[in-house]
Amino acid sequence: MSETANLTARLTALANPTRFLALAGNLVPWIGGASALVLAVGLGMAFAAPEDYQQGITVRIMYIHVPFAWLAMFCYAVMAASALGTLVWRHPLADVSLKAAAPIGAVFTALALVTGSIWGKPMWGTWWVWDARLTSVLVLFLMYLGVIALTRALDDQSRAARAAAILTLVGFINIPIIKFSVDWWNTLHQPASVFRLDGPTIHPSFLWPLLISAAGFTLLFLTLHLMAMRAEIWRRRVSAMRRMSARAAEGKLAEGQAS
Amino acid sequence: MFALYLREVRLGVRAGGGALTGVLFFLAVVAVIPFGVGPDLDLLARIGPAVLWIGALLASLLGLERLFQADREDGSLDMLLIADGRHMLALSVFVKCLAHWTANVLPLVAVAPLLGLFMNVPPVGLAAATLTLLIGTPAITFIGAVGAALVVALPRGGLLVSVLILPLSIPVLIFGVAASRGAVAEPDPFLPPFLILTALTLFFAVIGPAAAALALRNAD
Repeated sequence: MSETANLTARLTALANPTRFLALAGNLVPWIGGASALVLAVGLGMAFAAPEDYQQGITVRIMYIHVPFAWLAMFCYAVMAASALGTLVWRHPLADVSLKAAAPIGAVFTALALVTGSIWGKPMWGTWWVWDARLTSVLVLFLMYLGVIALTRALDDQSRAARAAAILTLVGFINIPIIKFSVDWWNTLHQPASVFRLDGPTIHPSFLWPLLISAAGFTLLFLTLHLMAMRAEIWRRRVSAMRRMSARAAEGKLAEGQAS
Repeated sequence: MFALYLREVRLGVRAGGGALTGVLFFLAVVAVIPFGVGPDLDLLARIGPAVLWIGALLASLLGLERLFQADREDGSLDMLLIADGRHMLALSVFVKCLAHWTANVLPLVAVAPLLGLFMNVPPVGLAAATLTLLIGTPAITFIGAVGAALVVALPRGGLLVSVLILPLSIPVLIFGVAASRGAVAEPDPFLPPFLILTALTLFFAVIGPAAAALALRNAD
């Protein structure tokens, strides 16, 4: 009970953008450094890992493709949580977080699609198949683009934020349905092999580099997200200041004409 | 509520409402398909139900942006918002969606069998496609209401509505086409996808108006 209260209090304290900026400013170098380190280790291990007996060297694409795909989903989950924060608690940072996360998530999704396509060419013999996984990731990508388009289409910040939050939540409810319907429709991609009830079916020599590079990319995402949130807050401040100075100049002009 | 329904239907059917334009668009979409894929009757019969579904989906997107915009311009949207205490806003949105569906989408369903004849779809397939359209298209309208409510303040939101809605309506399309194909092709079942389609419509009948009401309250 006291822990929840504590957490709520801390989240409320973060509602002050200056405090958040200070915290983010302190955190970004550390997380950025950690992500560079973990990524270096993970990718190094990926190149040291044995080649697959069937797929040869192309299996190394997995170490970036799979983290990209995970992050594409993780980022949407972050956006959905932010959307809840906007709609339920009206937390001022939640809409900043949503707006900042959308382009990053879109890029990760696009990268997952591109790397998967490059991997699919030698393995399946084609750049693209209308398979369940690929199709549902493509739909996820389209939904990211929709959210981005909506946030850019409305001028009013808070209104755009709440509209994007509603769209994100509706999309979040829809994602399981889309996933399920597309699975039912057609499938070729291999089933999940890491997170399973009966333990991973993937060999440890592949699993460890994969997990470490996934952790590295997650840290990278957190860094980028914090940086984008800071940039968004600063952008809002600049536009608010510009508006104020324009109003002040107008006021002065009016006074000058009156006298 | 019934008065609201009647008013909306009357407004939609009257000249200037997009019902006839939607039917013409549907006709045009279906008519260009044979030019694109060639006049092979067997092929057309196989893809016929899918073409009908895609055409109906696109045509039902046409009028959606006007769903709340016209009401916003003449102020009746504000009346609905103010009346929220007496009539739940989500319920009003639901009724508006039903009326929009009756005026704009039901004609599409009605001409679907005729267009299916052009595509050489067998009678059983025609009946199945029409039935699935009848059951499935309300779901598209309910999803569309969310998009229409989100962009209600934008002067030119029509294209954005389509971009936002199309990814969300993929499940409806999949199960609609699957059911109408299941009625014709022997090994595929008809009933399971049809029941899922019905479930989708009921599901979106709840989610859509609730989210649209939230978005409308946010819009002003």
